[in-house]
Amino acid sequence: MDIVVLVKQVPDTESLVQIAADGVSIKKDDIKWVMNPYDELAVEEALRIKEAKGGTVTVLSVGPPKAQETIRTALAMGADKGIHVNDPTAEGSDSLAVARILAAALKTVPFNLIIAGQRGVDEDNYQVGAALAEFLGIPHVSLVIKAELLDGKIRCHRVVEGGTVLVEAPLPALFTTQRGLNDPRYASLPGIMKAKKKPLEVKTLADLGIEPATVGAGGRKVVVKALRLPPQRKAVRMVTGDTPEAVAVELVRVLHDETKLI
Amino acid sequence: MAQGVIAITEQRDGKFRKVSYEVVSEGRRIADGLAAPLTAVVIGSGVDALAAEIKKFGPDRIVALDDSVLADYRTDAYTNALAALIKTVDPAVIITGASVQGKDLSARLAARLGAGLAMDCTAVALQNGVLTCTRPMFGGKIFADVQIQGSPQMIAVRPNVMAIAEAPKEGVLEKPAPQLGEVKTVVTEKLMDTGSKIELTEAAVIVSGGRGTGGNFKPIEELAAALGGAVGASRSAVDEGWRKHGDQVGQTGKVVSPALYIACGISGAIQHLAGMSTSKVIVAINKDPEAPIFSKADFGVAGDIFQIIPAVTEAVKKIKS
Repeated sequence: MDIVVLVKQVPDTESLVQIAADGVSIKKDDIKWVMNPYDELAVEEALRIKEAKGGTVTVLSVGPPKAQETIRTALAMGADKGIHVNDPTAEGSDSLAVARILAAALKTVPFNLIIAGQRGVDEDNYQVGAALAEFLGIPHVSLVIKAELLDGKIRCHRVVEGGTVLVEAPLPALFTTQRGLNDPRYASLPGIMKAKKKPLEVKTLADLGIEPATVGAGGRKVVVKALRLPPQRKAVRMVTGDTPEAVAVELVRVLHDETKLI
Repeated sequence: MAQGVIAITEQRDGKFRKVSYEVVSEGRRIADGLAAPLTAVVIGSGVDALAAEIKKFGPDRIVALDDSVLADYRTDAYTNALAALIKTVDPAVIITGASVQGKDLSARLAARLGAGLAMDCTAVALQNGVLTCTRPMFGGKIFADVQIQGSPQMIAVRPNVMAIAEAPKEGVLEKPAPQLGEVKTVVTEKLMDTGSKIELTEAAVIVSGGRGTGGNFKPIEELAAALGGAVGASRSAVDEGWRKHGDQVGQTGKVVSPALYIACGISGAIQHLAGMSTSKVIVAINKDPEAPIFSKADFGVAGDIFQIIPAVTEAVKKIKS
């Protein structure tokens, strides 16, 4: 089973995100960059499948030079090799363009299965996995909490509102991860040492035959006009009283009379 | 030239999901702003009653894509049928819900059509014929105003946000034979929760618990029941194994927008705040008056949740009776 895992480097979810001076991007310094948490699930699942069935795990990422850290993390967890599309022209690409770049990068890579995070917790677009599957002409299943490999197909337990639906897709296929799929391992020290020697190919858009004008900030179909902070709420109004009962009655009164929510 | 608005509704087992009404209502507003017709698409198997029901929200035209193959949502079957329809209609705007199904479908459909898609929007504004969509990013820490180049422009709206507006109209019903194309996936089983559990992303009221519960969610469940709401949890409560992953609210869990969010024993980690900051009214109950959650709340109670919450439940029952 040859598996490709898509990974992306994103700001840690505990970090404060600030708007840059241009008003349409974020300040990239002073942020702790980590592997997208949903991609950690994807790497872990690929490793478990490889451990059970054999094969290879290839990690693929589009990103700036720094994104190599995230590929190395996946290699340290146990993946076999990395492909890094590192080209300044790709910077600022939207989901469709990223998916096109990924599809081009996979042209010469044999695979039976692709695993991707359900979304990047940066732009929260939820699109790259589905779009890549579309461009490759393979089925995809999203939000998977359990994947079972059967003969020539995969059975995915997909979370929907109020339950789980089992979907079978013939291989090659792509699925995206949801929390609950597994508990990702940490890279061990020997793993980190070994990762340094694992193959990591670096590709440019020219290597992939991609026209620069179709990707990057200039190729965006979804154009960011402005970033802003969410509307601030008024200062909190503390509800007090002599007893818990008095506090509760006052809180419910406020919610009932003033907000009309109860 | 591309024109008109298509609103794609969502049903499961013969019932519309609430986001369908939101999508058609928002589609109506956009279509009115563009002085263009609105088409509502109902997709499934045996959807005549639904096609009739959706007239209440004012589409000019209803297209029912009705086939047994479309009974359960499958990305490939739905994408094939909708892409074929959209090619014949050539709309300027396509609007869907950003539900589990809507996110999956809109992402695949956008790639098929080569269309720009603004995912999980919380507002859509129209000025001089140009649509600007607001979408939370970084789990709601930042809002982006985006515009979509080319056509169709695809918009997926966050459930529970867009206002539902009835505008009954005798829309024209069409039932073309769906172009199903090649369908490779099969739904083999549906394991649905029993009981009347309210889905977090659709709930009007959510009562959430965090580390401060110490794992005891009973008072929270009782308050949620009294309010007719759903129970949520912080990441630490889920990591402790006190609640299921599906209950987690936050940047790596569900992003919710209820009318009322009550955070109990939740300190207010950035990643949690990200998942609930678009709630209309936020109430925080926490022992520690310095907890960061209070900076995001409209109303706060500093106190022991095990004393306050049961008293609130009683007060709610009293006021409701």
